[in-house]
Amino acid sequence: MNNLLTPNPKEAESIHIIREVAAQFERPVLLFSGGKDSITLVRLAQKAFYPAKIPFPLLHVDTGHNFPETIEFRDKLVEELGLELIVRNVQDSIDQGKVREERGRYSSRNSLQTTTLLDAIEEFKFDACIGGARRDEEKARAKERVFSVRDDFGQWDEKNQRPELFDMLNGKIHNGQNVRCFPISNWTELDVWEYIKTENIEIPSIYFAHEREVFFRDGMIWTANEHVYREAHEEVEVRMVRFRTVGDMTCTAAVLSEAVSLEDVVGEIRQSTISERGARIDDKRSEAAMETRKKVGYF
Amino acid sequence: MSENRKLIKIATAGSVDDGKSTLIGRLLYDTKSLTTDKIEAIERSSKQRGYDYLDFSLATDGLVAEREQGITIDVAHIYFNTAKTNFIVADTPGHVEYTRNMVTGASTSQVAIILIDARKGVIEQTYRHFFIANLLRISHVVVAINKMDLVDYDEEVYLKIKADFDALVAKSDFSEDQITFIPVSALKGENIARKSEEMPWYVGNTLLDHLEVLEPADLEPSSVARFPVQYVIRPKTEAWHDFRGFSGMLYGGNLKVGDEVTLLPSLNTSKIKSIHYFDQEIQEAAPGSSIAITLETEVDLSRGDMLVKSGELPASEKQISATICQVNNKALTVGKKYILQHGVNRVLAKVDQIESRIHTDFTGAEDAHSLKLNDIGRVHFRLSKPIHFDPYKTNKSNGSFILIDEAEYDTVSVGFIE
Repeated sequence: MNNLLTPNPKEAESIHIIREVAAQFERPVLLFSGGKDSITLVRLAQKAFYPAKIPFPLLHVDTGHNFPETIEFRDKLVEELGLELIVRNVQDSIDQGKVREERGRYSSRNSLQTTTLLDAIEEFKFDACIGGARRDEEKARAKERVFSVRDDFGQWDEKNQRPELFDMLNGKIHNGQNVRCFPISNWTELDVWEYIKTENIEIPSIYFAHEREVFFRDGMIWTANEHVYREAHEEVEVRMVRFRTVGDMTCTAAVLSEAVSLEDVVGEIRQSTISERGARIDDKRSEAAMETRKKVGYF
Repeated sequence: MSENRKLIKIATAGSVDDGKSTLIGRLLYDTKSLTTDKIEAIERSSKQRGYDYLDFSLATDGLVAEREQGITIDVAHIYFNTAKTNFIVADTPGHVEYTRNMVTGASTSQVAIILIDARKGVIEQTYRHFFIANLLRISHVVVAINKMDLVDYDEEVYLKIKADFDALVAKSDFSEDQITFIPVSALKGENIARKSEEMPWYVGNTLLDHLEVLEPADLEPSSVARFPVQYVIRPKTEAWHDFRGFSGMLYGGNLKVGDEVTLLPSLNTSKIKSIHYFDQEIQEAAPGSSIAITLETEVDLSRGDMLVKSGELPASEKQISATICQVNNKALTVGKKYILQHGVNRVLAKVDQIESRIHTDFTGAEDAHSLKLNDIGRVHFRLSKPIHFDPYKTNKSNGSFILIDEAEYDTVSVGFIE
C-alpha cells in the first residue's frame, strides 16, 4: 500500500472532468481516433471509474483513410478493456450524397468527418462528446472551454461562450444541444508523452520510427499509397519515419526519426522546434482553418 | 508528466495596448516554447500587416474577430515549461466590457501579472484589475511596469508608479509581501528572462526567475479537508460485488484511512475504510487528489453530499451572503430564482436582497436594485436546501459558487461567500 498520494494536478483535474461528464449527462460518448490523446483519455476514464468499467461507449469516426496499424490497435484495446465501440464511416456519408469527396493535390477526408460525427450524435442522441483536444495545439483551440456548448447544428459560438469559473462545470443544456468536453485541455503535447511513458501505456506502432514509402512535397513528408493524391513527378522513397499525430493519412505528415522507444520519443519531442500541428496539412489551409472547422461542428 | 515539475497558474491583466500579448509572446520565445513553424507564422502575418516588428499578439489572439480588431475578446490559455516548472497562463482581455472574462481567467490562477504602461502609469483599468485580484484572493501579484524602453529606463518613472500602486495596496486586503514590482520591456526582452543592463538600479529577479521561485503550496490558502461526493462508483461485478466508492476531488487538507468522518447533510458518522487511486490502495491523500473512498458502514451518501473529518464541520446554511460578479448580459434582480451550483452540488436560490454595488476603484459601494453585466455587488440569497460551505478566503473551492439561469441554462454570475 502506498503511503501518501500527492496528486499530479493535471491528471487529477482530468479525472474530475470525466466524472463530471458521467454525472451530468444522460448519454456521453468518448470520441476515439486511436491517437495518443484519445488513448490517454481512455486511461484517464479507467482511472475515474475503477473498479467499475467506463460508463460510456467509444465512437470512432472512420475516414476510411486511416493507417491500418491504428485500426488494429483500436480493436485490440477495445477487446482488452471490454469497452463498447461504435464506428461510423465517412464513406457512408459520401455514398449517401451528404458530403462530396475532395479532388486534387490537397484533397482530404478530414473535414468531411464533421457530417458523419453530427449524424452519429443525432442517431445515438449523444448529449456529451468527450474529445482529446488540447489548448496548446492551435490558437483557436486555446480559446476553447472545457465544456463547450454546441447548438443543434453542432456550431460553436466563439464570441458567446459560457464563462467557466474555478472547476465548476455547467453542463445544463436544452434538447438538441450537445456539449463537447475536453478533459485534457490543459495538457501539452509533452505532458501527454511523458504521461504515456510514466504510465507505460501501449500506443499504435506508427508513433515509433519505421521504414515507410513516402514522398516529399512542400517540405512535408507524405505517405505514399492509393489514398493520397500524388503527381507523377513526385518520387516515392523509403525512409525511416514516425508520426506525431495520428489522423487521416491524407492530412497527417510524417517526420524523419530514429525514435524506437517511448524514451526516444519523449526526448525527440523535448528537442523539437516544430509544433505538432506543423505536421497537420489541414491546418495550413488558412490562418483560421481550425476555427472555421470548429464553427461548423468539427470536434 | 514529470512528477517533480511544479505547476504554476498565472493570469495576465492589463489595459489594451499595455503589451500583454507581447509579454506572453516574449515569455514563450525566451523559454523556447515557440516552435519554428509558429514563429514563422508570426513573421508571415506581421509582414502581411506591414508591421516592422514581430507581433506576438498574433500567437495568442486565436479568433478571426480578435485578429480583425486587434483586441483580445476571450481568455486564451497558453502553456510553457522550464526545466523546473510547468506554467499555465490565462491571457485575459483588457477591455472594460470583458471584465467577466478576466474573472473567468483569473479564477483558476494563483498568480496575477498586472501590466502597467510606464508612460501612462496607474490608470482606471489598473484599479479594476487589482480589485478583481483582491476579490479572487489571488495569492501573489506581480506588477510588471512595461515599456521602460520608451521612458529611457528611468528609475524615477518606476518609483512614481510603484508609489501610486502602493497606495492601492494599502486599500486592499493584500500585504506588501504579496506584491512584487518588476520594471520590464517585453518588446526588447529586458528583465523578462534576461537581466537588463539598461536598468542597473533594479536589483530584483527577472520576471521568469521570480515566477520560478514561487511555490504552489504557498499559493493556496490553508484549510481543513473537504470532500464533495462527485460520483458513486458501484461496479456490481463478481470481484467487486459490494464495492461502493465515493469519488471526488479532495480540497483543503489530507484524509487518511481510519479517519472518523461526518457526512453532510445527514450528520451520520463513519470511518474511512479504504482510499483508492485507480488500482492502488493508498493510506493518505493530499489536497487536489481525485480519489475514491469507501466507508466502514453502509450509509446514504450521493452526489452533492459532502464528507468531512468529524470535528471540522463547515457552515450549513439556507441563507447566505456573498459578493457576486455578474458575467452575463441579463441583470440580476431581487426576487429572481437561479440554480446555484456550489462545487458539484446544485440547489435553488432566490435573490432576497441586493445590498450594494461595489466600486471597483476601491472607493466603496452604492445602493443598487439590480446588478448588470460586469457589476460586482453584495447579495443575500435564500436557498431551497442548505449548502455546506467555508468562507471563500479559507477554502476557494468550498467558498465559491456559480448561478445558472433557470430557463436559458447560461452561467450568469459567480459568487464568493463571506
